[in-house]
Amino acid sequence: MVYGVYEDEATAADMPITIKILVAGGFGAGKTTLVGSVSEIRPLRTEETLSDRSEQVDSLYGVEQKSTTTVAMDFGRITIRGDLVVYLFGTPGQRRFWFMWDDLACGALGAVVMADERRLADCFPSVDYFEDNGIPFIVAVNCFDGTQRHSLESITQALNLAARVPVIACDARSRDSCRNVLVTLAEHAIARHRDPPAPRVHLVS
Amino acid sequence: MTAVQPSGGEWFDQDAGPVVRPYALTGGLTRPSGQRFDLLDMVRAVRQAAEHLPYLTPEQAELLQRCRMPVPLADLAADLDLPVGVIRILVSDLRERGLVTIHRASPPGFTDLKILQEVVDGLRRL
Repeated sequence: MVYGVYEDEATAADMPITIKILVAGGFGAGKTTLVGSVSEIRPLRTEETLSDRSEQVDSLYGVEQKSTTTVAMDFGRITIRGDLVVYLFGTPGQRRFWFMWDDLACGALGAVVMADERRLADCFPSVDYFEDNGIPFIVAVNCFDGTQRHSLESITQALNLAARVPVIACDARSRDSCRNVLVTLAEHAIARHRDPPAPRVHLVS
Repeated sequence: MTAVQPSGGEWFDQDAGPVVRPYALTGGLTRPSGQRFDLLDMVRAVRQAAEHLPYLTPEQAELLQRCRMPVPLADLAADLDLPVGVIRILVSDLRERGLVTIHRASPPGFTDLKILQEVVDGLRRL
């Protein structure tokens, strides 16, 4: 993405500092719930009723109870101090919204990939995207009914994650649990900065 | 969350979508001029902006009033309940008229560990 030089740069020192965190993952994995659990403002909900047409696009297996889907983004704000603010963006999980991702990912501190154990494959695209773009991310396994079906190690294996990518269990409805998710991500981003991963080598045969 | 099921396939009130189409709010403009603004770029009204309020559309006037202090683009979209695309166009138009300045978001995530540590500590206190 190319930026021009914006005017008034001389006074940029008194601008608030903003931190962008993305919350990604499959359809119905709990992105909206997580943003709502920790944010000061109500997420910007632009939800659409699932029509018959949408059901042909989005598999409803395991989330039959859900009658609406997020079509834009969930937006939350956490004020750390007056001039230091964390913004959360819940990014649409469905493939047809991928065009929005580059815009959202620009300058992000990192990302939380929400995973639903019943539909683990749904978070493959998000994991691939953040790996390919070198954006620090963690995987938060949302345990909807308080029960965890698989060990975190087996999920790490199933997602083929690098060993240092944190995988944690969470309950997106719990503020404490979501706070823990964000702290884990921020600490992971710091660790990545101190010890950057080797650049990925793409083998060409 | 349960959706309201319209009877007979008709939609009423908010379910019917916006009464005013987005392009009507932007004076027919469909894309912003100049470079693309990031969601967290800061918008700030210039000091003389208040004099121009009577000559602006209600949406632009409200935008100007909300950014007397620097406000990120995404906050403006959420506050005015307008699509980000519409806000980008309105802000870009105001900028061309010299009524707002845009300050590029400079995410310190990759350079300023002190700030990052402050974020971690702040999140812990939530």
